[in-house]
Amino acid sequence: MTRLFNPKRTIALMALLAVAAGAFAAGPDVGQAAKQPTNWTAIAMFAIFVAITLWITKWAASRTKSAADFYTAGGGITGFQNGLAIAGDYMSAASFLGISGLVFASGFDGLIYSIGWLVGWPIITFLMAERLRNLGKFTFADVAGYRFDQTPIRVFAACGSLAVVAFYMTAQMVGAGQLIKLLFGMDYLYAEILVGSIMMIYVLFGGMTATTWVQIIKACMLLGGATFMAFAVLLQFGFSPEAMFVKAIEVHSKKEAIMGPGTYIKDPISAISVGMALMFGTAGLPHILMRFFTVPSAKEARKSVGWATTWIGYFYILTFVIGFGAITNLIPNPADYFVGGDISKGLLGGGNMPAVHLSKAVGGSVFMGFISAVAFATILAVVAGLTLSGASAVSHDLYASVWRHGRVDQAQELRVSKMTTVALGIIAVTLGIAFEKENVAFMVMLAFVIAASANFPVLFMSVLWKDCTTKGAVTGGFVGLALAIVLTVLSPAVWVAAMHHPAGSAWFPYDSAAIFSIPAAFITIWLVSLMDRSKRAAIDRAGYPAQEVRSETGIGSSSASGH
Amino acid sequence: MADDWIERVVSNPKYQELKAKRKSFGWWLTLSEMVVYYGFILLVAYDKPFLATKIGSGVTTIGMPLGIGVLVYTIIITNIYVRRANSVYDDLTQQVVKGALK
Repeated sequence: MTRLFNPKRTIALMALLAVAAGAFAAGPDVGQAAKQPTNWTAIAMFAIFVAITLWITKWAASRTKSAADFYTAGGGITGFQNGLAIAGDYMSAASFLGISGLVFASGFDGLIYSIGWLVGWPIITFLMAERLRNLGKFTFADVAGYRFDQTPIRVFAACGSLAVVAFYMTAQMVGAGQLIKLLFGMDYLYAEILVGSIMMIYVLFGGMTATTWVQIIKACMLLGGATFMAFAVLLQFGFSPEAMFVKAIEVHSKKEAIMGPGTYIKDPISAISVGMALMFGTAGLPHILMRFFTVPSAKEARKSVGWATTWIGYFYILTFVIGFGAITNLIPNPADYFVGGDISKGLLGGGNMPAVHLSKAVGGSVFMGFISAVAFATILAVVAGLTLSGASAVSHDLYASVWRHGRVDQAQELRVSKMTTVALGIIAVTLGIAFEKENVAFMVMLAFVIAASANFPVLFMSVLWKDCTTKGAVTGGFVGLALAIVLTVLSPAVWVAAMHHPAGSAWFPYDSAAIFSIPAAFITIWLVSLMDRSKRAAIDRAGYPAQEVRSETGIGSSSASGH
Repeated sequence: MADDWIERVVSNPKYQELKAKRKSFGWWLTLSEMVVYYGFILLVAYDKPFLATKIGSGVTTIGMPLGIGVLVYTIIITNIYVRRANSVYDDLTQQVVKGALK
């Protein structure tokens, strides 16, 4: 398959990753950016953020001794704190800059897009959160493989986790490099090394405790900054959305079209498919799932999702106001915000800049420095969370369970997870550099499709269906994983936009594979489990009542709460 | 010995009640979220002019409150579930746990 690519891409370690270089048509991304003048205010603000978080890491390091401390902060995070941390994990720079950018460009379409990112949270809340907490310990494989043959299910779970982490992380790293050129006026390469090394320090020394607090601080900064901007915009219009819309229609080149659906949803199949990827993918993201193990009880786990959903939903409403605020504040002043003062040439710095320019318009250059620093801190924090979940998949699932069959002491497991953290840091920087000039916009969506088609069906069926067997779960999971990747490569986002085949030549015509790959995974799990007459299948089925009692009541659940 | 208390829990009618109640509540809410979200998406796909219809004499379209409404609805039902689970279901769970450890 490498035949399809130019040699440069093959630097990027995994053929898997190289296969899918391209663009997801519907998703905003940070994209290519021109280097801007050095912004010292932003750099100073970011330096303060780093100083505070490193100080927290030092404090966290003194509390991170056991494997449980490293993976789950000893289970000592409260529901409210964890809700903020989950929101921090989920509100990426791409969603902040990208969604407000999409609202700025096409109004209502940006709202449609942002809704998709929230609807996965009720699914996690109603079906997964408390069961995850009751069954899990360190990784989601603990849950999915609770009653199954450990080796195959953990190999699968590690593949699923690492695939999601790899794609998600590459998108974040490339985004970090582009952002730092835009916001700080620094070189791409510095951004990669900066993100890679600071993130490694957080995870290596502070483990989950540091990673959680970095997320909490970042979430508060992002929510605070966005609230201020939305408030300032609404204040201009006497808190009347109607007045804001009137002004926006007056100045926007698309006029009244910004008030209704535009071109974002082309065909219903793609729309539903993207919606399914987002809705069910959220419940299969390893760096989100592991957050449910950091709280002491099912009750706190539920509180976490309640708060997370509230903050994330609130944040998307803010980005909508910010996008419209950017229309009404930036377009009337083309000399300050557009290339050569000409609206038709686009915003200075490109389509992801509306929120940043708006921050200057409503809060001056110091506030813009703050928002720029927040955007960059956001990437740093998300990458740290991803790295930690990747490291747990390798050390806890692959090393401790598969390789050593559980006969391993905590110190050894901890050492492996730290080695993996360093390796993942280096891989992240390498991928970031290798994909600098590539279009990686599709990668976040691909991560969601994989999470929805591989991790979610296995988790769902193993927890809720009594007849599910190891063979069924593992086969179905791999079918979902393979279909997600293959169909995405054959879709226009990768086949045409990234691999530069002629337009219209994509074999798979839709924007997302989820509508096919999710049912395929479920049906395979179901069929294979039903036909499974092996000895192991009998053990798997017999294990269900005990699993169910624990997942429903929490009796016997991991005593991480002892801290 | 371990299987002993599992059987005790499974045969406890309170446990069956907890399971049944929580399951049906969770599934109904899941279904409602899916209807609301996919309904909205299908409306966008099949009836764009409807969403672009102006409300009264202003410029605000029907789509705006509907779209924001989906976000708000999602936040509300999530929190409704959390509140109910943390009170009603947790009380039931406590009773089941007590019964099991007797």
